Amino acid sequence: MTGGASGGTSGRVTSRVTNRAALIFLLPFGALFVVFFVLPIGYAVNESLYKLKRSGLGFGTPERVFSGLANYAAVFRDDTFLTGVRRLLLFGIVQVPIMLGLALVLALLLDGHAARFKRFFRLVYFLPYAVPGVIAAIVWSFLYTPEISPFGLDLLDGGVVLWSIGNIVTWTWTGFNMLVIYSALRAIPKELCEAAAMDGASAWRIAWSIKVPMVRPSLILTGVFSIIGTLQLFNEPTVLSGVTTAVSKSYTPLMWSLQVALDNNDYALGSAIAIVLALLAGALSFLFLRLSAWLTRRGVM
Amino acid sequence: MRAQVLTTAFLFVVAVYILLPVWWMVVSATKSAADLFDTPGLWFGGDLHLAGNIDRVMSQDGGLYSRWLLNTLIYSGGGALGATLLAAMAGYALAKYPFRGRGVVFAIVMGAVLIPAPLITLPLYLLESRIGLLNTMWGVLLPCMVSPFGVYLARAYAEAAVPDTLLEAGRIDGAGELRIFFTVGIRLMAPALVTLFLFQFVAIWNNFFLPMMVLNDQALWPVTLGLVKWHGIRTGFLRDAVVTGALISIVPVILAFVSLQRFWKADLAAGSVKL
Repeated sequence: MTGGASGGTSGRVTSRVTNRAALIFLLPFGALFVVFFVLPIGYAVNESLYKLKRSGLGFGTPERVFSGLANYAAVFRDDTFLTGVRRLLLFGIVQVPIMLGLALVLALLLDGHAARFKRFFRLVYFLPYAVPGVIAAIVWSFLYTPEISPFGLDLLDGGVVLWSIGNIVTWTWTGFNMLVIYSALRAIPKELCEAAAMDGASAWRIAWSIKVPMVRPSLILTGVFSIIGTLQLFNEPTVLSGVTTAVSKSYTPLMWSLQVALDNNDYALGSAIAIVLALLAGALSFLFLRLSAWLTRRGVM
Repeated sequence: MRAQVLTTAFLFVVAVYILLPVWWMVVSATKSAADLFDTPGLWFGGDLHLAGNIDRVMSQDGGLYSRWLLNTLIYSGGGALGATLLAAMAGYALAKYPFRGRGVVFAIVMGAVLIPAPLITLPLYLLESRIGLLNTMWGVLLPCMVSPFGVYLARAYAEAAVPDTLLEAGRIDGAGELRIFFTVGIRLMAPALVTLFLFQFVAIWNNFFLPMMVLNDQALWPVTLGLVKWHGIRTGFLRDAVVTGALISIVPVILAFVSLQRFWKADLAAGSVKL
């Protein structure tokens, strides 16, 4: 307590105290993290390497046999999976740029001088963030139903329902993405834009040549979030599947994994799908980051 | 001047788009089931039926709805509180104690940030069925308390907001490490922790997948799950209850948003700028 111990021992004591304290602080999170994050993944990986084999006539308890990567091969051969992935790709290529483009434009306008009532608009745009995805989907599904909809259109038809889902996602997340970009815009030193204005640069030019490049990290961040979000598309189509037959129970890969695991009781294949999706999410995010870095080096962005 | 008008007009159009479903919800919550079909969607019907609708929501299925609201509060509030405290402690440890293996621990946490929670929900379900947590509140609460992203943010906050000299001073005064954390560390991190709590609250309030998998018993459902089940009844005979229930459930959260506005910006940027 006096703090007067001789140098050598004090250093060792401190490091022991430090290690113990760090352990105590990390333990609660660490324990739950292991049980509810690491273990499930390990369990699913293990599960995905086995197959249930039924004896000749399908009577008796099925036998659990090691099957290596057979379940993974089955995932990639399955039409439901491939259709689902193609659907998500199409969705991602169209919806993500629209949403992020709108978010960027809104953030730039709210950051600039031309707009009025900025506080009000910012608040309104962020409002959907307070509405859970499924509740947004419920409300929009009413607006899509021809008998109730004020638009008088059937937006639950098989031909357009993917874009109706895209609209729900855009409605829910544009404001959040806008706020991330907006916060980054606020962090740009004012002098930079003032100097450019003094040199005669137009507002457009300042936005495009100074502001957008400066907020690139937040654009990349929102891009990664959106790609991951697209891959785990689940809530909105699940809600719509309750009110239209145009959305099946296996509309997206994540929904399919559920159907396989719970309705067909095939935990092994279900686990394999979940793992493939997680790996895909990681790989796509990684690719996106590399692509952004490459475009930056080439001076395109 | 023209630029100002055009810009404001554009922002206004987007605001109309955002408010449209909310407006529809408010208007529809005042209508009887018949008026939902027979009157123009974006304006009030003949008579005000809001009280009747609220009555119907509250009494449907033996008053399940109010139970669902309470459950949502328990899951989102309790889960977010737990997640924030655990993340604060872990982040503080990672920022302030140069212990052995710190780099490895942080790398694992960062790796976990990249794995989206919904993708491990099915594995989580399989595990919980093994350890008997299915169909219990803990089966939802405990996984919600694990937030790797929260740990990452808390670490950044602790690094920025808690000076080592203050901790040293506490130690010289003879205070234990836990006491220093709860009297000095957590106070200095408090504004950031409020933000963390709010984001975690919304994340859990948004998470429909986990309770859907884990909970069979209607009495344990959060309000989102209950409304989706009501909504999915093909005949649609609960439509008025679903609309009114949806509105009631989001009003408190929107009010919390507006009143806590200042906590929603700055630290979000801190998280995003550093990633």
